[in-house]
Amino acid sequence: MAAEVKEKNTIVEIHGYKKYFNEGKKNEVQAVKDVSFNIYEGETFGLVGESGSGKSTTGRSLIKLGDITGGQILYKGKDISKISGRKQLLDFRKSMQMIFQDPYASLNPRITVKDIVGGALKVHGLYKDSKKRTERVYELLEAVGLSKEFANRYPKEFSGGQCQRVGIARALAVEPDFIIADEAISALDVSIQAQVVNLLKDLKKENNLTYLFIAHDLSMVKYISDRIGVMNSGRMLEVAEADELYQAPLHPYTESLLSAIPTPDPENERTRVRTEYDPEYHNYKDLTKVGLHEIAPEHFIYCHEDEIELYQKKRERLMREGQKYA
Amino acid sequence: MDNTNVLEVKDLAISFKTFEGKVQAVRGVNFELKKGETLAIVGESGSGKSVSTKAVNRLLPKKNSIIESGQILYEDKDLLTISDKEMQSIRGNDIAMIFQDPMTSLNPTMQVWRQIAEPIIAHQNVPAEKAKDKAIELMKLVGIKNPEQTHKHYPHQFSGGMRQRVMIAISLACEPKILIADEPTTALDVTIQAQILNLMNDLKHKMETSIIFITHDLGVVAQMADRVAVMYAGQIVEIGTADEIFYNPMHPYTWGLLASMPTLDIHQTDLYNIPGSPPNLLHPPKGDAFAPRNDYALAIDFEQEPEMFKVTDTHYAKTWLLHPDAPDVTPPAEVIRRKAKYEALFTSKKISSQVGGEAIGSRG
Repeated sequence: MAAEVKEKNTIVEIHGYKKYFNEGKKNEVQAVKDVSFNIYEGETFGLVGESGSGKSTTGRSLIKLGDITGGQILYKGKDISKISGRKQLLDFRKSMQMIFQDPYASLNPRITVKDIVGGALKVHGLYKDSKKRTERVYELLEAVGLSKEFANRYPKEFSGGQCQRVGIARALAVEPDFIIADEAISALDVSIQAQVVNLLKDLKKENNLTYLFIAHDLSMVKYISDRIGVMNSGRMLEVAEADELYQAPLHPYTESLLSAIPTPDPENERTRVRTEYDPEYHNYKDLTKVGLHEIAPEHFIYCHEDEIELYQKKRERLMREGQKYA
Repeated sequence: MDNTNVLEVKDLAISFKTFEGKVQAVRGVNFELKKGETLAIVGESGSGKSVSTKAVNRLLPKKNSIIESGQILYEDKDLLTISDKEMQSIRGNDIAMIFQDPMTSLNPTMQVWRQIAEPIIAHQNVPAEKAKDKAIELMKLVGIKNPEQTHKHYPHQFSGGMRQRVMIAISLACEPKILIADEPTTALDVTIQAQILNLMNDLKHKMETSIIFITHDLGVVAQMADRVAVMYAGQIVEIGTADEIFYNPMHPYTWGLLASMPTLDIHQTDLYNIPGSPPNLLHPPKGDAFAPRNDYALAIDFEQEPEMFKVTDTHYAKTWLLHPDAPDVTPPAEVIRRKAKYEALFTSKKISSQVGGEAIGSRG
């Protein structure tokens, strides 16, 4: 991606990132083949795609859970592969935190909520005085909408939504700048999803956070994200601003993904046309001129150079026609 | 779709024994299933939707579940009182089930054709060789590619979507009259989900099966359902045709559910959320169970449980707001938008019957 936006500060830059598992062995899995994108400070970047598309792997590599196979990941201008030693890693993780998918599996069942949230503070040597630390835990619980009486309870005593709030409180404890939410709401009920999403939105405003929001629920992603990246089989296929993506989905895969979301509207569903995507479509033989190309400002498509004009025309038509998937 | 009932559930109440006491999971559920229709049951986890339908197939654990009251009528028989042996001849034959997780509900050590053929052999007394041909035919029907080879595969050799197709093939093996699908697509990706839902709709039309579709995804409901029942805290709080529920909802809980779903409309700015969490059914609250979370709760909601008020012949809702003496309230903006869409659809004659907005009386 070119440095097209000067006024926005990039917090994350990913260039040609690759991640293979069992590299060089017979059972090698190329989870991520070629992914490049930027995340700007203060925005929510949504990452969508089906299971196996490499979206979670991307999130994990970004927070340095495991080494990457190729490419470069820069966080605040620094190459994260150069981070070494406990001290540097602690600093890095203090700045970047993660909220996990399964609210039960990601909380230690044998310690109380106070220790779960306070543990993060202890590890980072913040609030060394235990009384002050407890105060801070109460503050955090209240910030995520839990009462401080809950501090002495165990995870099993909470509902899924409450557990996810504990997970969020833990991530917020060290006052990070950047939070990766990996399918953070997928396991929750509809009414609770809305609560958690609204909470994440409020917290972002209050604490100047930047989010990477990984999910497969496209309607929720649209609602929370400023920009969205669509991944499929280890490649980033389309990156655009959220509104633009839903108005003018250009890549056939994005189109099929959007057309597959069931909308809560029977009349819509009766008249809806679904498009199917043939993965052969982006199996280019000659990869030299293939890559993420900018079709319109801030709108990127993975395609061959010769296809750029085609996509530009398609975009013009879609913008003229107005919204398709409402 | 004709109007005969294939299944009637009357006043069903189910509790579970736990260390802390009795959990009243289902508290008086009434519904009927018509021939060839899809009835969707929606609700949050713990609302009793799975428990009610498991009772239909008598799949609840005998050890700790108690049927407190009720009848489940299928072909003039009460499924709750017939013998285990009689139930066995119905389960999987007349009433089949599709479960949520295709990985844990298939046998990992058994070739898939054997699993598909199992109900055929058990119920129809067909020799294995013939059942195998039928199984391969079924695999073709549900869209599994190359079944002549893949019928010998084990579940782990299939993807999630293909495994769910195997599950559907098993459930269809005996051409059941009733198919109970318990969150059949929740574990799948949207694109695969769309394929499976299309498949189920096609098969329904081909085989005239009645489907009970359990889900918490209102988008899926809109795509599948002829009628919708909304469950909360072990009770049906609103039931009606899909159009009535989506365009003219009456119960504040249904309002909340619809308003808390993000739409793909690019102009949406804020998302409504229902405050709090569902009640503990160890001690169900007095009055309307939804009252503590309800922005529209009236004083009476905390005292007395509302009855099912009739809106139209097909539409009922359990809320005091439908009582003639209830004050007028303004529903969330999203619900008003939906009602307007309904009016517009009606005037353009796309929908045949109009939904009445007034409470006509109560069914008591």
